[in-house]
Amino acid sequence: MSTLTADLNLTELRQGLLSRDISVLEAVEHASRRIQETEPLINALLHVNQEQALRQAEELDRQGPNPARTLWGIPVIIKDVLATKGLPTSCASKMLQDFIPFYDSEAVHRLKQAGAIILGKANMDEFAMGSSNENSAFGPSRNPWDLERVPGGSSGGPAASTAAGQTPFSLGTDTGGSIRQPAGFCGLVGLKPTYGRVSRFGLVAYGSSLDQIGPLTRTVEDAARVLRVIAGHDPKDSTSAPVEVPDYPARLAERPDLKGLTLGIPEEYWDAEGLSPEVNQGCTAALEAARGLGATTVPLSLPSSKYAIAAYYIIVMAEASSNLARYDGVRYGYRDREAKDLIEMYARSRSAGFGPEVQRRIILGTYVLSSGYYDAYYRKAAQVRRLIRDEYDQALRHCDVICAPVAPTSAFRLGEKTDDPLQMYLTDVFTNPLNLTGLPGLSLPCGLGEQTGMPIGIQLFAPAFAETRLLQIAWTLEQELPRLPRPSGLASR
Amino acid sequence: MKKIETQEVAKIASLARLEADRATLERFAGQLDNILEYMETLHELDTTGVDPLYSPVQHPAPFREDSVHQAYTQQDVLGNAPESDELYFIVPKII
Repeated sequence: MSTLTADLNLTELRQGLLSRDISVLEAVEHASRRIQETEPLINALLHVNQEQALRQAEELDRQGPNPARTLWGIPVIIKDVLATKGLPTSCASKMLQDFIPFYDSEAVHRLKQAGAIILGKANMDEFAMGSSNENSAFGPSRNPWDLERVPGGSSGGPAASTAAGQTPFSLGTDTGGSIRQPAGFCGLVGLKPTYGRVSRFGLVAYGSSLDQIGPLTRTVEDAARVLRVIAGHDPKDSTSAPVEVPDYPARLAERPDLKGLTLGIPEEYWDAEGLSPEVNQGCTAALEAARGLGATTVPLSLPSSKYAIAAYYIIVMAEASSNLARYDGVRYGYRDREAKDLIEMYARSRSAGFGPEVQRRIILGTYVLSSGYYDAYYRKAAQVRRLIRDEYDQALRHCDVICAPVAPTSAFRLGEKTDDPLQMYLTDVFTNPLNLTGLPGLSLPCGLGEQTGMPIGIQLFAPAFAETRLLQIAWTLEQELPRLPRPSGLASR
Repeated sequence: MKKIETQEVAKIASLARLEADRATLERFAGQLDNILEYMETLHELDTTGVDPLYSPVQHPAPFREDSVHQAYTQQDVLGNAPESDELYFIVPKII
């Protein structure tokens, strides 16, 4: 018998709905109440789709439970970078404040086909550019574990929302760690699938060779369920791979322990300057738990990793400057009404519509692609990208997964890094390299930090399209890791 | 030596169709100089003969039938335009 609570996970809610212990209407009303209670504190959402969601809930209740639909009746929050038909999709930017798409992104379409109810759109760093959610044009989201701290970014809204128990899961995007880092900061499971595993159709483009959509959930099993729904080739995205999608949830329990598995421990992550003692301690304890389950660990080296941030930011800014050229005030988005001619209209619309970090990245991206600098920066970064990927491929021939902390510290305080863009970029040191390689990664909560009391996350990397392996190992390990209590920042709620 | 001066930032911004006041351009120049200096670390690595990797995709691009179908209506596509006349996007005078 399930009862509705804020920490009910997707799998539990699904059981409750299918057995009719809980009606879909009750689930959506509960989520809506939770949103009303927590939003004044965490600002995780930019739009709530309550009326439509309640109508859909009533309709599903009339139809009756359908076990073939994996997400039947489950309310979900979507990062505001994913197009949702008829619902605002602002990317947390003034540029797209009034933009209402006439189509669904493929991932959202697949969620709906599976029976999910879109309850709201989540806050984020503007156009997914940031690591703390402080670059939102509509105010930062806050971490449910401590309201004075950031939820991470750029999927800070989805992470804060799911951690606060607004819905059992949310959908985010990860260009340089934007699912894994906020999941880590908020005590959730965050999965960045292999580049090409999930269609990017309808994902507002930032770094097209890096962006990937994935779930933020409370458990590994939930992540497996969502990935099963959203993964698979889509003719509308030629980079989505024609690779078969395994039945992830059905295969989770194939590994009752970790005997015979080798975990790679890269020194560039574990011995990194700036790795906080509490993160080191939490992640080391998780490795100890893995050894207790029979895994062996091998030290390894990924020497080019130290160049990943520089290569990543050159590539992502170059792609951003090109992708964001489309915002010209002509077909959609903000337009300056005073401009006297077309060129002036472009410049004034873009300068008023984009926030400072977006403008910095466009300028730098334009610079590294300009003639005279292209070879020194963009081409050089792409060569380093090749070296990094070769090293990861090589390392994964000597181990089953690579393990690393998600970030050097737990969630930092609001305002702590906003004055210096480079300091903010450097917080991505453990997440950027994976996006350059295109490989899949999963972050898993492994306890609370001794100094800050904030969640600590460990991440696992696997070979391309080996999400089954990633999920199986994480699922087995999860059972030996400390279960997190409810977020402390919302104790009274 | 500085990697980038305010004047160059102003030029790049204008190429990217962005405009900013002097104080903002100066602040950007300082920040961008700092970032570019960090990016210089890449030059410690010898990448002679390394083939650049621009996309992690390893499968060949799948082909589909080149068939005509209407996905969206003109009304859909014009629906978010700041200004249109039901048939066209309207923009300020060009010449």
